[in-house]
Amino acid sequence: MNRTAPLVLGIETSCDETGVGIVRGRTLLSNTIASSMDEHARYGGVVPEVAARAHLEALEPAIRAALDESGVTLADVDAVAVTSGPGLAGALMVGVGAAKALAVSLQKPLYAVNHLVGHIAADILDADAPPLEYPTVALLVSGGHTSLLLVRDLTGDVELLGETMDDAAGEAFDKVARLLGLPYPGGPEIDRAAASGDPNAIAFPRGLSRASDMADHRYDFSFSGLKTAVARWTEQRQAAGEPIPVADVAASFREAVVDVLVTKALAACRDHGVPRLLLGGGVIANRRLRDVALERAAAEGVTVRIPPLSLCTDNGAMIAALASELIMSGRPASTLRFGADSTLPVTEIQVAEEA
Amino acid sequence: MILGIDTSLGSAVAVIEPDGVVRSQVDSVDPRGHAEVIGTLIEQALAEASASPSQVTHVVAGMGPGPFTGLRVGIAAARAFAMGRGIPVLPVVSHDAVALELLLHEALTGGYEDGSLETFAVVTDARRREFAYTVYRGLDDDGLPVRVSEPALAPRDELEDVLAGAGARRRDAERIPAALLAIAGARALAARRVIGPADALYLRSPDVTLPSAPKRVVA
Ligand SMILES: [Zn+2]
Repeated sequence: MNRTAPLVLGIETSCDETGVGIVRGRTLLSNTIASSMDEHARYGGVVPEVAARAHLEALEPAIRAALDESGVTLADVDAVAVTSGPGLAGALMVGVGAAKALAVSLQKPLYAVNHLVGHIAADILDADAPPLEYPTVALLVSGGHTSLLLVRDLTGDVELLGETMDDAAGEAFDKVARLLGLPYPGGPEIDRAAASGDPNAIAFPRGLSRASDMADHRYDFSFSGLKTAVARWTEQRQAAGEPIPVADVAASFREAVVDVLVTKALAACRDHGVPRLLLGGGVIANRRLRDVALERAAAEGVTVRIPPLSLCTDNGAMIAALASELIMSGRPASTLRFGADSTLPVTEIQVAEEA
Repeated sequence: MILGIDTSLGSAVAVIEPDGVVRSQVDSVDPRGHAEVIGTLIEQALAEASASPSQVTHVVAGMGPGPFTGLRVGIAAARAFAMGRGIPVLPVVSHDAVALELLLHEALTGGYEDGSLETFAVVTDARRREFAYTVYRGLDDDGLPVRVSEPALAPRDELEDVLAGAGARRRDAERIPAALLAIAGARALAARRVIGPADALYLRSPDVTLPSAPKRVVA
């Protein structure tokens, strides 16, 4: 196998995006994504069975499109990569089944990798950015996860500092959007509504931020209390017969989410003496989050890296990129003995590695 | 060489020659764990058949009916294997494999103790207190089982009445024989027929609940 600049095809099916990416070494050749988001809109959130069915139908066309765009054939591929977890079990299984059969049929090695670490690997594909420096703190925020990681080595040492105890940040956006009568997905809708609002109009709570939370949950997140607080506030206005200032509620809610995310991420940087912060996950598309992170990080002397947004949402290119790093660092392939692991811990960067 | 893959009940993979000679058949009866075993089973079936992936000319995919989570794994694997080799996928109704096995057995042994199989139903567990069933009557000129009615679901306690109404003898199946699935595919290929659906036979709509109005948090 080519271990200096391997051609890797990555398959990602952990949530509602069917992602197929092709990389050569650290060069992105294709980032093909088919999303079933529209099918979930009427349900107000990702429906696992709908997502899994969509993966089965979208996967083959996505692989063909990625090959076309890259100008390579399957025979050229050095290795196949796939997300083993974490994510929705039924959705992950589609990618795992396909990736295994593809690897066996091509007689090529298979790398089964961790989705969250893949989000970090996305940064490597950013051709315009200087090389990723270690250690770095990584904040991954999406509809499925909210995690704070300490990355000492992408292929060998990733530590979970904290994660959400209940809803993911993206889920909180969806739920509050619904409370305000806004459509799914909630992130862009809340953003639009918040544009003309005052972020300091209402003091919504910052989850797990009290002094008493700091011992056990210094880097953990909780958004369900915030959602309840928004619901209670709007109900009380309604009960009083007063109109709901949607722009102010949206802006204040968003500010509470952004504040707690950035505060905890920068605390992690400070505590670990790491002046680097990497942002990833679909919620990074939120302009306010990026702006506040950049501003407050700069004030603390922390450098922020943000991969291109097309690589922040779930995608197969990041999975291929992570496998490519594993290959270049000399790691053996995975065996075929692994499954979909919906709760795969972030410390397991690669699963079922050959002995 | 033809590769047959079915994960509608357990996981099963077989390799046959185009004329129907079975080279290998491997199984895992675990009703879950399809994704775990599928790669190993394909490798094992090829090894036992002394076949390399490059010798495979067609992949037969069992399209169900079956509980959806597992069913998809085999279909995804069949399609991906075929794509890797640039060869076609032949879709087959999974119950057809069982029907073919029963009919070939009857032809070889002269019948079953409880009478002939003139009209019969292949019945598999569809979970959630339901059975999936397909009614068959004999083989056609291409040597393929004739479906009298397409795969359908029946509540467990209503199945007997449904089958009595169809005049069909009940034949429960605990596993799908992948070799017979592949043979059905090979016979369809020889007859230039497509005998299975292009998409998975879920028979059920996805479980979803439309969101109700947000619940009040203040009593
Ligand atoms: Zn993700």
